[in-house]
Amino acid sequence: MKKKFMWYDYLWILSALYLILGFFNILFAWLGLLCFFIPLIISIVRGNKSYCNKYCGRGQLFSLLGNKCKLSMNKPLPNFIKSKWFRYGFLAFFMIMFFIMIFNTYLVFSGASDLKEAVTLLWTFKVPWDFAYTAGTVTPWIAQFAFGFYSIMLTSTLLGIITMIFFKPRAWCVYCPMGTMTQLICKAKAGTSKE
Amino acid sequence: MPKRKAFINKNICVACGCCLKVCPKNAIEIFKGIYAQTHDDKCVGCGLCAKSCPADAIELTKN
Repeated sequence: MKKKFMWYDYLWILSALYLILGFFNILFAWLGLLCFFIPLIISIVRGNKSYCNKYCGRGQLFSLLGNKCKLSMNKPLPNFIKSKWFRYGFLAFFMIMFFIMIFNTYLVFSGASDLKEAVTLLWTFKVPWDFAYTAGTVTPWIAQFAFGFYSIMLTSTLLGIITMIFFKPRAWCVYCPMGTMTQLICKAKAGTSKE
Repeated sequence: MPKRKAFINKNICVACGCCLKVCPKNAIEIFKGIYAQTHDDKCVGCGLCAKSCPADAIELTKN
C-alpha cells in the first residue's frame, strides 16, 4: 500500500533552501525561528508532536538522504545517546549555548562589543562568513543574531548528518532538543499520572 | 504459528513519528505526543517500523 504524498512531505525543500540561503545572505537565518516557535506552539496548544511527525523538514531531509540516497549505514545508536540523561543533558547544553548566543547579541545591541561576521561551528570553530553580509545593511545586533542563529542551525544539521551517516537516518530525532522539549511539554500537558 | 507484532518500549520512544510514516497498515499512532502506540488488530508484524526507529524502541514479539 503506497501512502499518499501530502503537501507537508515536501517541507524538506524549505529546510535545504534555508541552509543554502545562509551562504548568500545571513539575514535569512531569522526565518529559522519558525522551526523554534511552530513546534513549541503546536505542543503547547494542541499537546501533540505533529511537528515532528509531519512537518519537520529536517527530519524529512535526513530520511531522504539516509533512505532514498542510501547514505545511511542504518546501525543502531549507542545506548548512551538514547538514554534520558543524554537527551535532557543535550537539551540543557543546547539551551545554555542558545542563551550565550542571545547574550552575545545583547552585547552588540548595547554597544559593548562589535559585530562578528563569523559562523561558529560545533560551538568551537569560527568560520569567517563575511561573504554573506554587507556591513551596515541592518542594525548590527540584528545581523549578530542572524550569525549566531545560523551557527546553531548549521551545527545541529552537521551533527544530524554525521549521525544520519553512521546510524539510522533520523538519529538526530533521538537527541533533537526541540523534540525533547516538545515531548516534555506534551508529557506535562497530558499529566504524569495518566498512562 | 504465533503472529509477530510490533512492541513499543514507551520509555525510550521519542515520539518522532518515523514509524507512522513507514507503517503500511496505519497501525501506529503517537499518543498525545509522548510515545507511539500500535493497534495490535491492524499490525501485521512486517517490521518496517522497527527498522526505521532511530531510538530502536520497537521490537517484534510473538504473542
